[in-house]
Amino acid sequence: MKDCLKLVLAWAFFSLVAEATVFARQASTATDTCVGCHKDLAESRLSLPVLATANDVHTGRGLSCASCHGGDASETDKKRSMNLAKGFVGKPAAGGVAGFCGKCHSNATFIKSFNPSLRVDQELEYRTSVHSRRLAEGDTRAATCISCHGHHDIRAVKDTNSRVHPLRVVETCGRCHVDAEYMKGYKIPTDQLPKYMSSVHAETLYKKLDLSAPTCNDCHGNHGAAPPGAASVSNVCGTCHARQSELFQKSPHKPVFDGLGIGECLACHNNHDTTHPTDAMLGNDKAAVCTTCHSDGAGFSAAGNMRLAISRLVEEIGSADEILDRGTRLGMEVSRIKFDLNQARNHLVDARVVVHGFSPDLLDTAIKPGIEITRKARQQGIEALEEAGFRRKGLALALIVIGLAVLATYLKVRDIEKAERRAIIETQ
Amino acid sequence: MNRRTVLNYFLGSSIGATISAIVYPVIQFLIPPVVSEAAQSNVVAATANELPPGTAKIFKFGSSPGLLLRTPTGDVRAFSAVCTHLNCTVQYRADLEHIWCACHDGHYDINGKNISGPPPRPLEQYEVNVRGDDIIVSKG
Amino acid sequence: MSSTPANSLWDWFDKRLGLDAVSHLAREKEVPVHRHTIWYYFGGMTLFLFAIQAVTGILLLLYYRPSAENAFESVQFIMAEVRFGWLIRSVHSWSANVVIGVLFIHLFSVFFLRAYRRPRELTWISGVLLFFTTLAFGFSGYLLPWNTMSFFATKVGTEVAGVVPVIGHFLLRFFRGGDEVTGATLTRFFGFHVAILPAAAMALVGLHLLLVQRHGMSVPLRDEGRSMKTMKFMPNFFLRDLMGWLIALGILAALSALFPWELGEKADPFAPAPAGIRPEWYFMFMFQTLKLMPARLGPIEGEVFAISAFGLAGVLLLVVPFLDRAANRNQPNSFLKFAGCIAVIYILVMTLLGYRG
Repeated sequence: MKDCLKLVLAWAFFSLVAEATVFARQASTATDTCVGCHKDLAESRLSLPVLATANDVHTGRGLSCASCHGGDASETDKKRSMNLAKGFVGKPAAGGVAGFCGKCHSNATFIKSFNPSLRVDQELEYRTSVHSRRLAEGDTRAATCISCHGHHDIRAVKDTNSRVHPLRVVETCGRCHVDAEYMKGYKIPTDQLPKYMSSVHAETLYKKLDLSAPTCNDCHGNHGAAPPGAASVSNVCGTCHARQSELFQKSPHKPVFDGLGIGECLACHNNHDTTHPTDAMLGNDKAAVCTTCHSDGAGFSAAGNMRLAISRLVEEIGSADEILDRGTRLGMEVSRIKFDLNQARNHLVDARVVVHGFSPDLLDTAIKPGIEITRKARQQGIEALEEAGFRRKGLALALIVIGLAVLATYLKVRDIEKAERRAIIETQ
Repeated sequence: MNRRTVLNYFLGSSIGATISAIVYPVIQFLIPPVVSEAAQSNVVAATANELPPGTAKIFKFGSSPGLLLRTPTGDVRAFSAVCTHLNCTVQYRADLEHIWCACHDGHYDINGKNISGPPPRPLEQYEVNVRGDDIIVSKG
Repeated sequence: MSSTPANSLWDWFDKRLGLDAVSHLAREKEVPVHRHTIWYYFGGMTLFLFAIQAVTGILLLLYYRPSAENAFESVQFIMAEVRFGWLIRSVHSWSANVVIGVLFIHLFSVFFLRAYRRPRELTWISGVLLFFTTLAFGFSGYLLPWNTMSFFATKVGTEVAGVVPVIGHFLLRFFRGGDEVTGATLTRFFGFHVAILPAAAMALVGLHLLLVQRHGMSVPLRDEGRSMKTMKFMPNFFLRDLMGWLIALGILAALSALFPWELGEKADPFAPAPAGIRPEWYFMFMFQTLKLMPARLGPIEGEVFAISAFGLAGVLLLVVPFLDRAANRNQPNSFLKFAGCIAVIYILVMTLLGYRG
């Protein structure tokens, strides 16, 4: 009987303690001694983190110091609160950060209670990354979770103040990757950031504020960060530029590039400084990228042909446009024709994509409908100009007729009044 | 023929010519032109049998292109074919049963909702009425 | 009379319609000749241009569609597809502006010559009502192409109607056919423009012309009672009128061929108002006044004050013959002359400012 009682009491006691610890963890915002003590410390290294957590996404969800660092947040005594037996981890070492965050973020059941749509494979991905591998080899310069996400003022990705918001990713990655001193010894360049900022992707992201435009993580992955292999670059670019990628895969360039180990899209478009492509990139002259490899033969003439075809469509659109503009200036109603001409512009965009199949015959099928449309628009534009001429001739004729009528009327009036005056004089 | 008669003839004929110069355009105006209908916002987009299920066609709607789609289940739907990302013209991909934008791989489902890629908004949907043999599209 | 075919035809109609009486009147009518005779031409010119509006308007009616979905496209159709559609439409739009300009000149010349004095008070009143009717024609017609400019100009204009004290809200809903400018507004304006206003105009023009014939041409005060040179209406004055009309026709033809009236873009009620909305020039002075009004003038809102002031000015204009007692005593009225000058200067300055600013 006494043993039973002891057992029951012991069970009660331990469950109470367990409850208290859990309760303390969950209600740590209410009775959190960590915050209470650390915020008043003179040493900024110890006080600043606490103050920063006011904006942290974890704080807003009822999590606090002990949730991550362990220990007992209900104890005011230093030794009892920062108790290793209670799971206290102070500042984790670089190599332990992934596991530190992964303790919760890889726990599907735990994370789902906060947001069912959050991913829980970040740690797994991270382990595949270059950063993690280097860290495992002992390189503490490599990035860990906190290098990008921060530690005590972590914000949600959608928060524009977050260090990993799409608009701020380049500065976060750039903090290490652009620092030549920091990156000494690694065999990778440190000019990616200025190069990227000159690209059309950066322009779309920062000037047009189109958040769907790619930044570092969209091509390199964020947790599993690694440069795409030469043979798989087209896959990366192809996540948005699907047609170009598809066409390239079927084109004669693919086996050649892969065989030579040249990055598929990068060879012509560069990786970070992907500037807006122009028609000048295609063709036989020195400025074209084709001439980097082709100086004669089938490839050379194919490049020339394709450039000619595209230039022709551009010219025809331009000349139709010019005629229609002239028509507009002459006051003609050409808005319907202009609308139809726009379809030709769609065909031009299409043709510039089809170029990536590197086949002049294929390109022709894209160019032909565009040329037909420009021909029709040009024809209608000329008709509009002719109509404008007809109107002016008609006006001249009408003005002559009216002028003659005015003259006739004037002469008649003068004649009548002369006769009247004569009649008056004669009767006087 | 004295001066007065000449003047009268001159006046009469010039006034007559002026009247003709007015009447001629008016008569021409009254004759209906070859294209007898104004472009409308009520457009006959297709004939009832033109579109088999699972196909689509681009038609002119006002001043921009529209997409007329017959779903695999036989429904007829019409959308603005202007992609909500950067205004390229979308097309129907029967293999995916998606409406697709070739420019940056934007995908919309057959309700016009943007489901993947850069487009930020669904496609504007138009009203479809089948009247006899014609499929008529109008802005809702 | 010799029995030419023309004369027999005339006889036939005369026996049935009494044409001889009309031609007798026309032949007897005399027009005084003096320093200010030139202003006599402006009434006839207004009538001529009005007739052009009626004819071109009726022609346009054959192709125009008065609904929000189709109006713009139908005007585009007229401009692009219908033979000489561009001419008919441009003449209609240009002539609308010219007729209002000529009307202003006619109104002010009659005012400064004080031709409204006894016994021509009713002529004046019918004329001022015609003036308001013409402005209403302009305002209602402007919306009909249903383009961006006209949509927003109508929005602003009807908004102003809502500012009128007491009945403002009712007026706004009456004009708009609802609370907002929609297709209902277009249909309503169309009804005003092609039926109600023409009916009113016909009645008023009929009365106005009848009274002008009855009382003859008014002469400047100082010349009243004196015998003076006159010219026969038929054919002298009429032929001179004709010269003016032909010249006006030529000007309209040139304007229409060289500067065809714009089509613009179809109205989109959901788009934000474009920069630089403004009404047609004949409303500009009122628009500019509203823009310059301070938010409050004492206890009254600035807008309400301005609208009421214009309303009052309209009423005063209508009853000028009864305010100008001096005219009936053959005395000058420097106050009214001064007020008239101020009005002209105000309108000119405000119109110019409206285009500068």
